[in-house]
Amino acid sequence: MSTPANAHGDSPATTEPGVVAAAGDNEAQRREQLLSVENVTLTFGGVKAISDISFNILKGEIRAIIGPNGAGKTSMLNVINGFYHPQKGRISYKGKTRKRMKPYQAASSGIARTFQNVALFSGMSTLDNIMSGRSLKMKRGLIWQMLHVGPARREEIAHREHVEHIIDFLEIAHIRKQPVGKLPYGLQKRVELGRAMAMEPELLLLDEPMAGMNLEEKEDMSRFILDLNSEFGTTIALIEHDMGVVMDLADRVVVLDYGQKIADGTPAEVQSNQNVIDAYLGVAH
Amino acid sequence: MFYREAGQFKTTYEADQAMLPIAQDRVGLLLILLIAFAAIPLLASDFFISSIMIPFLVFALAAVGLNILMGYAGQLSLGTGAFMGVGAYACYKLATLFPDLNILIVVFLSGFFAAGIGVIFGLPSLRIKGLYLAITTLAAQFFLEWCFIRIGWLYNYNDSGAIEVPQRMLFGLAITGPHATPITRYLVILTIVAIMTLVAANVLRGRIGRSWMMIRDMDIAAELMGIRPLFSKLSAFAFSSYYCGVAGALMVFFWLGSAEVESFDINHSFLIMFMVIIGGMGSLAGCFMGAAFIWVLPVILRAIPSAFELNILAATMEHISSIIIGALIIFFLIVEPHGLARLWRVGKEKLRTWPFPYAT
Repeated sequence: MSTPANAHGDSPATTEPGVVAAAGDNEAQRREQLLSVENVTLTFGGVKAISDISFNILKGEIRAIIGPNGAGKTSMLNVINGFYHPQKGRISYKGKTRKRMKPYQAASSGIARTFQNVALFSGMSTLDNIMSGRSLKMKRGLIWQMLHVGPARREEIAHREHVEHIIDFLEIAHIRKQPVGKLPYGLQKRVELGRAMAMEPELLLLDEPMAGMNLEEKEDMSRFILDLNSEFGTTIALIEHDMGVVMDLADRVVVLDYGQKIADGTPAEVQSNQNVIDAYLGVAH
Repeated sequence: MFYREAGQFKTTYEADQAMLPIAQDRVGLLLILLIAFAAIPLLASDFFISSIMIPFLVFALAAVGLNILMGYAGQLSLGTGAFMGVGAYACYKLATLFPDLNILIVVFLSGFFAAGIGVIFGLPSLRIKGLYLAITTLAAQFFLEWCFIRIGWLYNYNDSGAIEVPQRMLFGLAITGPHATPITRYLVILTIVAIMTLVAANVLRGRIGRSWMMIRDMDIAAELMGIRPLFSKLSAFAFSSYYCGVAGALMVFFWLGSAEVESFDINHSFLIMFMVIIGGMGSLAGCFMGAAFIWVLPVILRAIPSAFELNILAATMEHISSIIIGALIIFFLIVEPHGLARLWRVGKEKLRTWPFPYAT
């Protein structure tokens, strides 16, 4: 079995794609399926952003969504997130068909997300930004917060400890107390990943995590994504334009073009697919 | 040189997350509290206490309220004056309906009425943002002013239309009404403001305060982290209005003694908004700096001619002080648009490395 995941050593994640390879076994596939999108159609007025797309994301895999600009990739993430509500189709998450939901409900069900344009809380420090990812995990009410003694204080410190692990993991200890607005772009992307990690998501959606980065930063980010996937078992769906990154990181790739799915499979399959080549390079007339 | 944290190592997260992690700051705050609680009551004149310190504290508390909404939760409001009015009228009604109830309990209860009204007028914030929201809060200002005039029940059908503070005792001392001495009123107000500021600081550094800042900085991302915008925005309105309401109740009961609708007009909303902007949005210390700048400085400027026996008419001095204050506002906003609190923080940062600014 030669999946690209092998490139990053013998982490547990490398065994996961085995389930994909054995896609013929229906029982196993249903068990491992984390999210499935069935026949989803999303329109804005007369514009069809997504038409009749189906694909699934298996537990523990790195799933890439690629496609030319305007293919509907970000719209797809927004649908999964609960920002957009598709006109047609069905989304099931963890085996249950999802009703129309709000983004904060998606968040509490374990879906985290980073943005194409960094969407950090610019007025807050790195530490506070990552702490904000813990919001859902913190339970103490207003009265305890007002007094800031006993349970509220213990809770805050316990979460601080968790956040410090993430800060260590992402190697951003030196900018812990700095306001994020002043950080260079590459670090901001890293803080944003940290913020999403703090939610301890089961499904992490990354919208172009490496856009605008130089080679070194891309390598760092790739390392974090792979480590995150293998150490914490987080399922990752990422949108990325850098084909080298996609081919190296992803276990499976889905290709969109003009709101339609044109290919789905392992990086090697997708790479040799004629539709994909046409979409990216154009067709000879 | 003196303001250095060198050698102050933090070995626990608890120490690192303390409100004032640097020892010099803690000493400074203690000194300020000592001056406020001991030196001023012992040394200051009645004039200084009743026309500088008491209003300063009232406005600082109102500014804390508005700052929570505007500086921390990012929701503009021009209804501060009216929310203060709700607190004041609620306090008056409660105090006259239940004369035996301790006046401090009445003051704290009256804040809840302001919070409720604040939530109602905060509802548009779920749909509109920024300046447009500010315009809708103007509706609160005008509507509530109208209520204070037209609904006689609110001022017990007084012929004058004003609310007059009845005398109430605490530990055998008159703390409100005409017989309360400035020093007792000052101490009561100071204690309330100190405690409420501490509570605000606690809330702001915890989960709830963070959720307000998340909504302020990037509401879409906040929603994705599980923050419900409805709950977060309305809780900010409630919390902020509670503070404004208590400030309004304190203003009438411990400072003015009697009040009409003019005490809660839109000029007060603007005054408090200026205090927040000059002091620094998103800073509690800034509320106090802003209140001092806008309220205390003019009083001091106006007192200069008599202190130095200069022959300047009071009216002339009024104009001169307006000119100076206006010029200073422009000066400070050019030097540091984020307010006096930021200026103070930048100064402290510089002081840390002085005289070797490249040492960091």
